[in-house]
Amino acid sequence: MTAAGEPLLRAEGLQVHFPIKRGVFFDRTVGHVRAVDGVDLAIDRGTTYGLVGESGCGKSTLGRAVLRLVEPTAGQVLFDGTDVASLKGEALRTMRRRMQMVFQDPLGSLDPRQDVESLLSEPLRAHGLGGGKVGIAARVRELLDAVGLPAAALRRYPHEFSGGQRQRIGIARAISLEPDLLIADEPVSALDVSVQAQVVNLLEELQQRLGLTYLVIAHDLAVVRHISDVVGVMYLGSLVEQAPSGVLYDEPLHPYTRALMSAVPVPDPVVEERRERILLAGDLPSPANPPSGCRFHTRCPWRQETRCDDEVPVLRELAPGHLVSCHWAEEIRDGVLRPKSPEEVAATQGVSVRATGAEGLETDALVQGVDEPIERR
Amino acid sequence: MSIEAMPPEDAVRGDVPVLEVEELSVTFARRGEQPTRAVDGVSFSVAAGETVGLVGESGCGKSVTSLAVMGLLPRRGVQVGGSVRLGGTELIGAPDRTLRRLRGSEMAMVFQDPLSSLNPTVSIGTQVTEVLVEHRDMGKKEAVAEAAALLDRVGIPDPTRRLKEYPHQLSGGMRQRALIAMALACSPRLLIADEPTTALDVTIQAQILELLRELVVDSGTALVMITHDLGVVAGLCDRVHVMYAGKIIETADRHDLFARPRQPYTGGLLASVPRLDAGRGVPLTPIRGSARDAIPWAEGCAFAPRCDNAQDDCLTEVAGSTVPLEYDGPGRELRCRHPLTYPAAPAGATASGAGR
Ligand SMILES: Nc1ncnc2c1ncn2[C@@H]1O[C@H](COP(=O)(O)OP(=O)(O)OP(=O)(O)O)[C@@H](O)[C@H]1O
Ligand SMILES: Nc1ncnc2c1ncn2[C@@H]1O[C@H](COP(=O)(O)OP(=O)(O)O)[C@@H](O)[C@H]1O
Ligand code: SF4
Ligand code: SF4
Ligand SMILES: [Mg+2]
Ligand SMILES: [Mg+2]
Repeated sequence: MTAAGEPLLRAEGLQVHFPIKRGVFFDRTVGHVRAVDGVDLAIDRGTTYGLVGESGCGKSTLGRAVLRLVEPTAGQVLFDGTDVASLKGEALRTMRRRMQMVFQDPLGSLDPRQDVESLLSEPLRAHGLGGGKVGIAARVRELLDAVGLPAAALRRYPHEFSGGQRQRIGIARAISLEPDLLIADEPVSALDVSVQAQVVNLLEELQQRLGLTYLVIAHDLAVVRHISDVVGVMYLGSLVEQAPSGVLYDEPLHPYTRALMSAVPVPDPVVEERRERILLAGDLPSPANPPSGCRFHTRCPWRQETRCDDEVPVLRELAPGHLVSCHWAEEIRDGVLRPKSPEEVAATQGVSVRATGAEGLETDALVQGVDEPIERR
Repeated sequence: MSIEAMPPEDAVRGDVPVLEVEELSVTFARRGEQPTRAVDGVSFSVAAGETVGLVGESGCGKSVTSLAVMGLLPRRGVQVGGSVRLGGTELIGAPDRTLRRLRGSEMAMVFQDPLSSLNPTVSIGTQVTEVLVEHRDMGKKEAVAEAAALLDRVGIPDPTRRLKEYPHQLSGGMRQRALIAMALACSPRLLIADEPTTALDVTIQAQILELLRELVVDSGTALVMITHDLGVVAGLCDRVHVMYAGKIIETADRHDLFARPRQPYTGGLLASVPRLDAGRGVPLTPIRGSARDAIPWAEGCAFAPRCDNAQDDCLTEVAGSTVPLEYDGPGRELRCRHPLTYPAAPAGATASGAGR
């Protein structure tokens, strides 16, 4: 059944809306946070899809919805051609084994009372894999070796390791069940630069050796560009652009992508001095109350009166594999339209450049990103 | 820019740097525990209108250095040595009252987490006006007008209305702006920014960095920028000090530093960061181990366990002395016995990142 040409993972019209509850007993739903609001994407076997965007744009929620750690409000997730929602019992367990997650905070996702040996052998035992005591012990050593930890690590506990080493343990655990897809949510953002590079290299090496497919979620564009074949840029719950990593960097077409890339500092003073910077006005609007029309219109330097405010742009394919959701992508690319300064944008948008969750304080806790790992069985 | 934004004494003081830090050391001694030296003989200075960067990985002593300069370390269990002079006035050992006065008027600090440095129960307006009333002898009304002007200057839209709002009603970027506005309230001669954008999204970070850039140019503030982000350093700092395990290990003008890092640690950091303008698959060359592997400076170069250039004489036992920070050409200082070397540059060669 598994056609080689078929993407390993496909999401279609995926939506995740969280209810905003109010009232003394939080029993009244007063609205919805549209964390993920209609996302289509496909990830080919053995490749890396990088998902970038600013905090709160829905990246983690999308990753969770793929794993069914949160229930999608609408849409489908097809894993290896099968609708994940249709699976039950043993089939669901098998599918879960084939998709694993690596979290941002390795300490929070590892049980502090278990030593490394039991952390790594537990999933094997739970799934009846590894073949008995001897087999499991051998497999655990193999895993340690694969992630570059010494055998002496076996008897030690998570708190005894540095951040980078803990992330290695998290990765060892994720690959222990020989998954096909690894979803890594901010896998290196808690690490020091020198250690970050070790983990990035490890992920790349494992991908080659084990033929893994990755969905890497990160806010750091440079990291994502480095490891991804295809990059998707999210803004307020939707994909605004998707392209092969090199193409996206060479010719970003969506105004948001352009601004995002021009904002990423490059560790080279010569480049920093001559690069063009596109400053954006204001903050990210609240996903509970996204702007009408194009969601980026409140901050967009290229916004055109009325159409951008009223009409939702669709994701269009402008070049092979290069998808953009902007009404004016061609005109912007060809320089027909000129950008406005952030001051002008702010002036025309008036006070509607309000910050996330500024109105209605009670929602603050609800509307903040929830980044703790979720216990999985 | 108004005239008051210029420190009036500048003309008189001439070339005296705004901040001079000499042989600063900070030791934490908890009872029953081995004392730890978090900052170990750090010296640097910052002139008016200059931006100096302190970079290094987590735990290398950047924040402790800045807290020591501001006099914000607790007195108990902490020993601070060396000298910190602000416009020539010694701060180490100065009475709390003096420090408090200076902190409002002459030096200010912006932290990574703006929420924890703002009072959650007091409106932004009151917090800014309090500073003005206390340190600039303004009347209430005048202070409110000035506060609105300050918020406007740091790019907060609709400032008069924002004055009535509380910190939790602002987004992270707005809070950081509000904090910068408070820091600017008295036109300080020295501003220390400790990872001011680390908690923010890149597009907001770009706004805040632009604001700091303008501030230095317009009002001649001396800025100490603390960050672990080499990209931020490359875009903002004139001079850079790289720290490792409590000591400065390399100092250079930013162009020299990025084009020809000499300390193997600096070189390693640059080779570790993925660059947005480098292609997919350009390999990263990490430094092995982690900052946890540092050895005490007394025993040798703290970086030795991770260093590819390390030789026996990097250890104190062999060389007979710890590795000193020494002159390494104009504007450069280096703490290393076997630094990275570069072939003499052919004429016309461009200095591009060594991290490629
Ligand atoms: N109050 C304290 N008591 C004991 N040790 C401390 C204290 N504050 C800091 N330290 C230690 O001093 C060293 C330097 O800490 P510092 O906060 O300056 O690091 P940093 O360079 O700012 O790191 P980061 O990038 O994580 O902010 C660390 O080893 C830290 O554990
Ligand atoms: N369990 C939840 N309940 C309510 N809102 C949530 C929940 N999880 C996430 N959200 C909201 O959904 C939006 C997207 O969050 P998230 O996917 O975590 O963003 P990202 O990972 O891109 O930073 C945010 O506004 C966040 O506050
Ligand atoms: S559709 Fe309009 S507002 Fe949206 S990104 Fe394009 S130009 Fe900007
Ligand atoms: S002194 Fe020795 S160990 Fe230290 S950085 Fe230089 S070569 Fe490496
Ligand atoms: Mg997230
Ligand atoms: Mg710090």
